Amino acid sequence: MSDLAADPSAVAELPRTKTDWLPLAIVPALALAALPFVGEPSSWVTLTVAGLAMGMMIFLMASGLTLVFGLMDIINFGHGVFISLGAYATLLVLGPLAGWAQAESVWLNLALLMLCILAAMAVTGIVGAVFERVIVRPVYGSHLKQILVTMGGLIVAEQAIHAIWGASPIPIPLPETLRGAFILGDVVMERYRVFAVAVGLAVFVAMQLILNRTRIGLLIRAGVENPEMVEALGYRIRRLFVSVFVAGSALAGLGGVMWGFYRQTLTAGMGMEVMVLVFIVIIIGGLGSVGGCFVGSILVALVANYVGFLAPKLALISNILVMALVLIWRPQGLFPVARR
Amino acid sequence: MTATSAPTGLPFDETTPRKGALQTILSSDLPRSKVLSFILLAILLVLAATPFLFSGSQPISTAAKICVFIVLVASYDLLLGYSGIVSFAHTMFFGIGGYGVAIALERLGATWTSVGLGLAAALGSSAVLAVAIGLLSLRVRAIFFSMITLAVASAVAVLASQLSDITGGEDGLSFQLPHALRPAFRLLSEPFLGTVVNGRILAYYLLFFVALGTFLLLLRIVNSPFGRVLQAIRENEFRAEALGYRVVAYRTVASVISALAATVAGALMALWLRYNGPDTTLSFSIMIDILLMVVIGGMGTMYGAVIGATLFVLAQSYLQVLMEAGSTALSGIPVLPNLIHPDRWLLWLGALFIVSVYAFPGGIVGRLRQGRSSQA
Amino acid sequence: MREPLLQLEAVQTHIGPYHILHGVDFAVPAGSLTMLLGRNGAGKTTTLRTIMGLWQASSGCIRFDGRDITATATPDIARAGIAYVPESMAIFTDLTVRENIVLAARSGPVDSARLDWMLGLFPALKRFWNLPAGNLSGGQKQMLAIARAIAEPRRLLLVDEPTKGLAPVMVRSMIEAFKALKAAGETILLVEQNFYAASALGDDVLVMDDGRIVHSGAMSDLVADPNLQQRLLGLSLDAHQ
Repeated sequence: MSDLAADPSAVAELPRTKTDWLPLAIVPALALAALPFVGEPSSWVTLTVAGLAMGMMIFLMASGLTLVFGLMDIINFGHGVFISLGAYATLLVLGPLAGWAQAESVWLNLALLMLCILAAMAVTGIVGAVFERVIVRPVYGSHLKQILVTMGGLIVAEQAIHAIWGASPIPIPLPETLRGAFILGDVVMERYRVFAVAVGLAVFVAMQLILNRTRIGLLIRAGVENPEMVEALGYRIRRLFVSVFVAGSALAGLGGVMWGFYRQTLTAGMGMEVMVLVFIVIIIGGLGSVGGCFVGSILVALVANYVGFLAPKLALISNILVMALVLIWRPQGLFPVARR
Repeated sequence: MTATSAPTGLPFDETTPRKGALQTILSSDLPRSKVLSFILLAILLVLAATPFLFSGSQPISTAAKICVFIVLVASYDLLLGYSGIVSFAHTMFFGIGGYGVAIALERLGATWTSVGLGLAAALGSSAVLAVAIGLLSLRVRAIFFSMITLAVASAVAVLASQLSDITGGEDGLSFQLPHALRPAFRLLSEPFLGTVVNGRILAYYLLFFVALGTFLLLLRIVNSPFGRVLQAIRENEFRAEALGYRVVAYRTVASVISALAATVAGALMALWLRYNGPDTTLSFSIMIDILLMVVIGGMGTMYGAVIGATLFVLAQSYLQVLMEAGSTALSGIPVLPNLIHPDRWLLWLGALFIVSVYAFPGGIVGRLRQGRSSQA
Repeated sequence: MREPLLQLEAVQTHIGPYHILHGVDFAVPAGSLTMLLGRNGAGKTTTLRTIMGLWQASSGCIRFDGRDITATATPDIARAGIAYVPESMAIFTDLTVRENIVLAARSGPVDSARLDWMLGLFPALKRFWNLPAGNLSGGQKQMLAIARAIAEPRRLLLVDEPTKGLAPVMVRSMIEAFKALKAAGETILLVEQNFYAASALGDDVLVMDDGRIVHSGAMSDLVADPNLQQRLLGLSLDAHQ
């Protein structure tokens, strides 16, 4: 059996690890290509930071959805409700701790935001677990029913938000020290956007570490590819499903907090409004791919910002154009997930 | 063969082999339930006689809305119930129909030619868009179709509100109807059965008969060989593909037919309201209403569209009054009045919707038919 | 008579509208290699999947080590000590070879002696240790699939057509690997279409047809009796590789 290693076919058939760089290169290429059109480098930096911030928020909202799809083959059209719910959950913290928001202290303000995020993730995580149990579990395996039932969940949950917090929009002011902008020379960067980029990057790095370095991450990746074999290796994939669904809902809640403070107004429909972008992003990225979702989010947000600056009326159509171009280039998205 | 079995899993009614006039009109797809036949007949008769049965403008407006939504929901059922694909762009086609007629009548003057031109242009645009979306997304996975239709529809809604020079933006467009449809027009000099037959009533009957005709046409389509192939694809895509049916082509054609019928419904809506705007035809909340109507009425039954649309529009118009009363009655208790506040009626329909998807996939129609034939 | 580790009694399995297993009875004695032969569609893969709980038996009884596992969920069957190598191999292509093995070892890191033994059986895996398993050749994927099944001591290995689609040189290495596993005392139920491989490895043999066991006995008896071979296996098996 020593001939195993010397097996000629093995050597011939060994491609090196191929990282698919092309989709990754699009983002910087796009940013650079936009520079001459925008003209002023300072406005370009402002636009790019704004685009990155927007992209990170979309990523936060979309990552959970794409992961749930990848692992469970479940498409949750009610995902938007977790975004709204997360944003509304900040009221639980902002109400009693209103003083912290007005304080001129960075630490107090950040602590307040962290509490908001924790509250939002807790609320959306719990509601996510209930949603999975009541709405989603009975319809595993049927996409049609999933779409319908999760839309139904969305209707009911939006109405429940109305019943609890009232139907009129609620203003939420940004904490004191996160208002305004950093000014470096003639470059203006809004503080909250920089904060959003930081949060988004931190979550992305944490997700990558979990997916690549921990056993549960390996299980999720393996489960995306072949859930049955994961079971045959002795792991209970149902528990994995539920925890990923809960984590995905909590991430949407986190995205909702960031999105809510960005808009500074809460409405029950805010989640569904942004879902359009979320869907475009996960289609572009490749359903089920976290990396693709990240690249897709930034791509869509940057394009929207540049186009919004150059030709404001085209801004929302630009997303559709980006999506159509990507699908023509790669019908399964930028990073197609191998399976099914 | 699976394609010939009814969507609810019940066998086709074969007790009446002779093909009467009713069979022909209904394309041999009879209600197959006494209660259902009775309800359908009642709806048909009441809708046909509304202008003479009730006075005031609300009943006739409600009836007109029911007619329009029957077409809209039936055409959506062709996609959802018969083809098994979920589109969120149905209101987009509804809106295109509305805007086609509205823009033409506003720009080209209040003539029948404008109506014709507007409708033709709208039908053309809808067909092109439906083909484009179908080819872009039905090729890959059905789930892409749902998401892409959502994205495209929202982009079109934004576009419609931004191109205010053409569409009137958020305000929409008000316009004059051709002379014969105006309230001032009199068909008969004397009142008929106590009602003055004016242009408004003519407009209602235009709506009624176009809606009836379109509905019967859709019924014919789903019962044609084409409709059976669609159902075969819905049941087992791979098998249909293996049998040599071009799945993408069939699905695309289905989505085009469905889009065209929705466009007609949109044109009717605009004609009735003498107005078209984002809130009356394009908004996403109408899309949700359509979903509720088709699922509660019964997916894949066509008659479900009639039941669903009627029930929903009536609930929209009258249920809130009922809930108002209930809410006031419970005003002492903390959360309860909030839950049956008249604005929360969607909460309960949403819950009913979820229960329908789980427990009665055939909706009300499926339920009624099952009640009749005791063997499952 | 050795004590059977695995025993099937009158097991029937339906998949959707199709009736696949029509009452399967057999026993796998501990410490032996049992071959499961039969033509395509005879129900061999369904038998393995039913044992593993991936299809639910509609009637009958499956006992593993005296315990009824007919209605047990797949993960618990795996935890009881059964490892499964499906025909498709089901390698996680996105994960590296190492990560595939890490997942297969449920109770923690593989101890170095076992790792050495495993990589001694399949030296090729060592070279691609940190590469995505998707880059492996078909034969190497098969090795990884088997390595995954033996990453920790298991009481029974179910292996579905490990030589399928492999080049003759790879088939021979695979046979050597299974001989080594036998020598290490593993209990194995092996589905095969390749009679050459089967005859080289089997202690006992089961022949399936149309969802039933139609023959069971010692492999040596079947090898020695060409008439029996002809009757049971006809031309459906590759007589010699």
